[in-house]
Amino acid sequence: MISRSLGTSLRRLLLSTAFATWAFSPSPVLAAEELNALVWCDHTDAALIEPFEKANNVKVNLKEYEGTGAGLSIIEQSQPGDWDVLVVDGVDVKRVADMGILGELPADIVPTSDIFPEVVMAENNSKDGKIYAVTEKFGYNTISYNKDKVDPADMEDLSIFWSDKYKGRIALYDYYIPMIGLTGLALDKKTADLTEDDLPAIKEKLFEMKAVARQVSDVVASQTALVGGEVDIILGGGEWVTASLAKERPEFDWTVPKQGAVRWTQSIGVFADSEKKDLAQKFVQYILSPEGQARLATSSCYWGMPANSKAGEHLDEQQKAALRWDEQPEYLKNTQLYPVVDAKMDAAMQDVWTEMLQH
Amino acid sequence: MSTLTHERAERRKAWGFVLPALLWTFAFFVVPFIYMAAVSLWTRQGRETIHSWTLDNYLNFFGKPHLLQALFNSLEVTVIVTVISVILAYPLAWIIAERVPRRFQRLALVLSILPFWTSYVIRSYSWLLVLSDSGPVNQALVWTGVIDTPLALSATRTATVIGFVHFFVMLLTLTIYANLVQLSPNYRRAAADLGAGGLQTFWHIILPLTLPGIMVGAFLTFVLCIGDYITPQILGGNNELLLPQVIMLQLGRTANFPMAAALSLVLMAVVTIAYLLCARWLKIERA
Repeated sequence: MISRSLGTSLRRLLLSTAFATWAFSPSPVLAAEELNALVWCDHTDAALIEPFEKANNVKVNLKEYEGTGAGLSIIEQSQPGDWDVLVVDGVDVKRVADMGILGELPADIVPTSDIFPEVVMAENNSKDGKIYAVTEKFGYNTISYNKDKVDPADMEDLSIFWSDKYKGRIALYDYYIPMIGLTGLALDKKTADLTEDDLPAIKEKLFEMKAVARQVSDVVASQTALVGGEVDIILGGGEWVTASLAKERPEFDWTVPKQGAVRWTQSIGVFADSEKKDLAQKFVQYILSPEGQARLATSSCYWGMPANSKAGEHLDEQQKAALRWDEQPEYLKNTQLYPVVDAKMDAAMQDVWTEMLQH
Repeated sequence: MSTLTHERAERRKAWGFVLPALLWTFAFFVVPFIYMAAVSLWTRQGRETIHSWTLDNYLNFFGKPHLLQALFNSLEVTVIVTVISVILAYPLAWIIAERVPRRFQRLALVLSILPFWTSYVIRSYSWLLVLSDSGPVNQALVWTGVIDTPLALSATRTATVIGFVHFFVMLLTLTIYANLVQLSPNYRRAAADLGAGGLQTFWHIILPLTLPGIMVGAFLTFVLCIGDYITPQILGGNNELLLPQVIMLQLGRTANFPMAAALSLVLMAVVTIAYLLCARWLKIERA
C-alpha cells in the first residue's frame, strides 16, 4: 500500500516535471524540425544561423570540419539521410557529386546573376547541365603577417619561406591542398597542372619551409599564434586570418606575393539523401541571400568575400575595407584555384604532407 | 552425495559471478579486437575499402620511415614523461605520507589532484598560454634577466612533455602515496637499529618496498601517455607526429580504417610488451 502510494506520487511528480519542462522550454526545443548541416566553422556563428532558425521555426544542427577528406570521412561514417546540407571546397563539388553525395539544386533558387562572375565556377558546381552546389564565399591562401614585426617588402616573394630571415617566426597552415598548391606556385607550377611528378620537388621545398617554421597549425591555432606573438607570419593565411581582427589589431596585414596565391572557394549544396530537401534548399537560399551573405562574410570564425555581389549593400565601409572589396579584380587575376585532385593524387599529396610534418 | 551437490551448487554460483564479467569482456574487448585485427588486413584504395586480406598496411607502416618515426617519437616522449613524472611524484608522495600531519593528508592529496577536476583539453590549452612567448613563464624569465628574448616553449616537444608530466605526476603521486602509507614504521626502526643511515634506509628498504606502487603508476602513465592524441596535437605544434596523431590522420582525412586499425594494433603490441616487462619485473605471478 505504502509502495503503491509512493509510486503514484513519483508518477505525478514525473508527469508534472515533464509538463513543466515542455511548457517552459526555450523555443529551439519546440522547433518543429531539425536540419543537419556539415559545414565549415564560419557557419557556426549564431549571428548567421539564428535568423534562419527563428524565421523558419527550425533547429539547425551544425557539425564543422576542415578539408574535404575529413568531410568525406564523416559522411562515410554516417547513415543516408543523416545530413541535409553540405558546405564543401568549390573545387571538390564535382568529385562529391560524382560520389552521389550531392543532389541537384533547382536553378531558380540560385542567384547566379548576382554572383561575382569569377566565382560562379559553373564547371565545378555543375555536371551535365545540372547544378549541384553554389559558391557562397571565397578568399585567398596567401601570406598574413604582422607589419610591425616584418618588412612588408619581404612578403612579396615566396622564396622568403626558405630563407633563414624569419626562422622560428612562421606558422604554416595545416591544410595540404592549398599549401602544396602555394608551394607549386613558388616553383612556377600552375595549380591546375599539378601532377604526381611534381610532388618530389614540392616535397623538398616543404621540408625547407618546415625547417624555418615555428609550427604547422589549423585556423584557430594559427590565429592564436599570430595574436599571441609566437609567430609574425602565416603562410597559407589571408584575409580570413586578419580581416576579423582589423579593428583591434591594425598591424595585421596580408598580401598576394609576386608568384601569386591560391584562391579558396566554398560551395553549398543539399545532400542527395536528405529527407528535408525543401527546408535544406530554403537554408541554401538564405545563405545565398544578400543578408545571409553579409553575415557569412563577417562570421566570427573567419571572414571572407561573399560570393553574392549584392551583399555589399549590407556591409559597412569598414567591413568592406577589411575584406578589400575594391581590390578583388586584381586579386582574382593573380590567384589560382585549388588543385583539383583525384583520389590517387589526393593520397600522394597527403603522404607528402605527413612526411613534411614528421620531417 | 550431498557434498557433491553442494560443490556443484558452489561451482554454479561461482560461474554466475564470473559470467557477466566474461560476457562483458567478450562483447566489448574480444569481439572488437578480432574485428579490428580483421579490418587491419583490408586495404584502402582511393575512397574504396578492399576486403581481401593482406599485410600491406603493416608493410607500409614498417616500410615508410616517416610513419615508423611516429612510433619512435611516441616511445621517446612516453619514456621521458614517465621518468620525469616518477622523479617528481615520489618526493611529493613522500612529503604527503611522511611530513604532512595525518589529519591534513587527505586535504593535501585533494589539493595535489585538484588539476584533475578541469577538462583535459582546457588544461592543455591553458599550458599553451602559459608557455607562449607572452605567457607567465617567459615573462618571468625576461623580467628576472635570465633571458633577453622569450624562449620558444610552445609548439615544441618540451611543451608536450610538460603538459603530460603535469597530468601524470598527480596519478603517480596517488599510487606511490598508497604504497608509502602501507609501510610499517618498524622497517625503518629495524634499519636504524642495525645502524643504517637515512639514505641507506631509503635506498635498501623504502625504495624496493615502494617499487610496486611506482611500477603500477609508471605503467598506467606509459599506457595513457602513449595512446594520447590531445596533448601532442595542442601543445606539439605539429612539429613532429606521435603515433596517435598518425592514426587520427588516417581516420580524419582519408577514412582509412584498415591502416588506422593496423597502427592501433601496433600500439597495442607496444603496450602489451610494456606490460610484460613490468609484470616480470614486479614478479606479479608470485603475488
